[in-house]
Amino acid sequence: MYQYNEFDSAFLAERNRQFRAQVERRIDGSLTEDEFRPLRLMNGLYLQLHAYMLRVAIPYGTLSSDQMDTLAVLAEKWDKGYGHFTTRQNIQYNWPKLKDVPDMLDELAKVNMHAIQTSGNTIRNVTADHFSGAAADEVADPRPIAELIRQWSTDHPEFQALPRKFKIAVSGAINNDRAVIKAHDIGIYIVENDAGELGYQIVVGGGLGRTPMIGKVLKDFVTQEDLLSYLEATVSVWNLLGRRDNKYKARIKITVHEHGIEEIQRRVEERFALIRPTFQGFDVKLLEEIKEHFASPAFRSASTDAYEAAYNADPLFRSWVDTNLAAHKQDDYAIVTISLKKHGATPGDASAAQMRVMADIARNYAHNELRISHEQNVILPHVHKSDLPDIYAALKEADLHTANIGLISDIIACPGMDYCALATARSIPVAEQIAERFDELKIEHDIGHVQIKISGCINACGHHHVGHIGILGLDRAGVENYQITLGGDATNTAAVGQRVGPGFAYDEIVPAIERIIEGYLEMRESADETFIETYRRVGLDAFKGYIYPEARANAA
Amino acid sequence: MARAFTPKVVTANHLLEGDVIYMTASGDWTRDLAEAELLTDEAVADERLIAAQQQTAVTVGAYLADAIAGDDGRPAPTHFREEFRRTGPSNYFHGKQAEA
Repeated sequence: MYQYNEFDSAFLAERNRQFRAQVERRIDGSLTEDEFRPLRLMNGLYLQLHAYMLRVAIPYGTLSSDQMDTLAVLAEKWDKGYGHFTTRQNIQYNWPKLKDVPDMLDELAKVNMHAIQTSGNTIRNVTADHFSGAAADEVADPRPIAELIRQWSTDHPEFQALPRKFKIAVSGAINNDRAVIKAHDIGIYIVENDAGELGYQIVVGGGLGRTPMIGKVLKDFVTQEDLLSYLEATVSVWNLLGRRDNKYKARIKITVHEHGIEEIQRRVEERFALIRPTFQGFDVKLLEEIKEHFASPAFRSASTDAYEAAYNADPLFRSWVDTNLAAHKQDDYAIVTISLKKHGATPGDASAAQMRVMADIARNYAHNELRISHEQNVILPHVHKSDLPDIYAALKEADLHTANIGLISDIIACPGMDYCALATARSIPVAEQIAERFDELKIEHDIGHVQIKISGCINACGHHHVGHIGILGLDRAGVENYQITLGGDATNTAAVGQRVGPGFAYDEIVPAIERIIEGYLEMRESADETFIETYRRVGLDAFKGYIYPEARANAA
Repeated sequence: MARAFTPKVVTANHLLEGDVIYMTASGDWTRDLAEAELLTDEAVADERLIAAQQQTAVTVGAYLADAIAGDDGRPAPTHFREEFRRTGPSNYFHGKQAEA
């Protein structure tokens, strides 16, 4: 994992000192709210419905045990004992007091963490495949370039007042995208060319929100030497071209849409030719240094007999193994996803005690590493299979053993109207009720892989557009109303879901989801055909009769 | 035709605590909506809002929120957003509902 050098630490200490002084000046009245607001946002501090909210970056979703312990300290000391992991691999604290925030940031700095550029019109926290460095299907670990981009974009003088926010994601697995690459302003796939050299496919202009767009390929292959200058050229073109007259048209997806990908390619190439000579190799040298921080841990070999015995003897353990584990690049190792989606609980929330348990497990069994996924779960990327029974037992004690990864209760949900000042309806209780309903029906494992994603407003933090089943909460004449979309896809075959028809009231949304699943179970050709496969085969109309049974009855 | 004025309360977030506050008839601040002043006159409401916005050491983002006189004559929310601001989130017993 990346360790701060003297420069990083000094930079962060100075930034925190500045923000502390800014908070003091706001409190003593020297700064107005209009003056203070952009300053606090640049440091991740929002004012939400009930309180301030501090959004802490977890760069590319990677955490050490000590860092996770510090997140627990913040939750306990300055919040109400929990934190909320988000779809952007951040953690949000919902209840800090203004005067405490500088102390929270100093505490984070002790473990090389910060809240810089988690808000505002800047390049935001860089996200990555949560299985980076561990997955069997990646060509290279994307975290070194994610760290390079973090350093390049942090306080970048040209990019502190962009037309709008800018989100970059990276993945080393183009055929198994776990990082929603095509829904980012810039998405990067590490690829190998015919000569066997590693480089980058650059995707641009993806995004969700009120105008969902799937990203387009800006360039098929950018070399390692050219990466930063090419990214800088791209952001620079948008910085000048992007619309500042209308915030709803300011994102690069609109710029690409209005000018066309060919024109953007032409302008980027022109800009790239101009600035490329100013990059004189320091970035390449820095990347090589960063790579050393991300060397694979020293994998060990041991007998897996005890694991296999437990697998055969304990059906609950077996169910958890079958559901929550993914293939590791190393024989006898596994990637473990810890579900933060216990049925009926808030998706993505973890208590301070649970954070400590996860930190300890990583420390004792998993090479000190944890990841946060955009799906709001926690990952132990490197686990030797012989340790799985002990890990499962420790997770069980902390109520972290839910076996539902990729299933219908593994729901992404934004904070919604329960916390967010922008929300138009609640998300969390809808997610809780759907999870509880299917748990009671005991058909979750029979249904198999399906992704439900819920947003409490059009800004789509809950990624509803790319959910197999998307739910969007709106305010219709002062009442919560939920629109359903079907057929969205967050992977390399990304697609925006189609709206099914009229929305549903708060107390009608769970039965509507149940009818959709009933339709799927009736229409699927076999248990092996997943929800999204059935949807693609039969189409939206085949589901409508299930979703709106009254319309079907009237038509009959 | 201009829309008829509906009753309002002046509300904001508190600068230091960040929580929801309401203006009382005496011009002070309360954390209990029921203790807020229900404003039925548009000119008075606008005046009260300006007074609230000027208190920059106390308030952030002051605005006029719709309210009605409840059964006891005291202000009650008309929209679910204001109901959540009055009580707190629905997923945990946190916020105002836990402090009452």
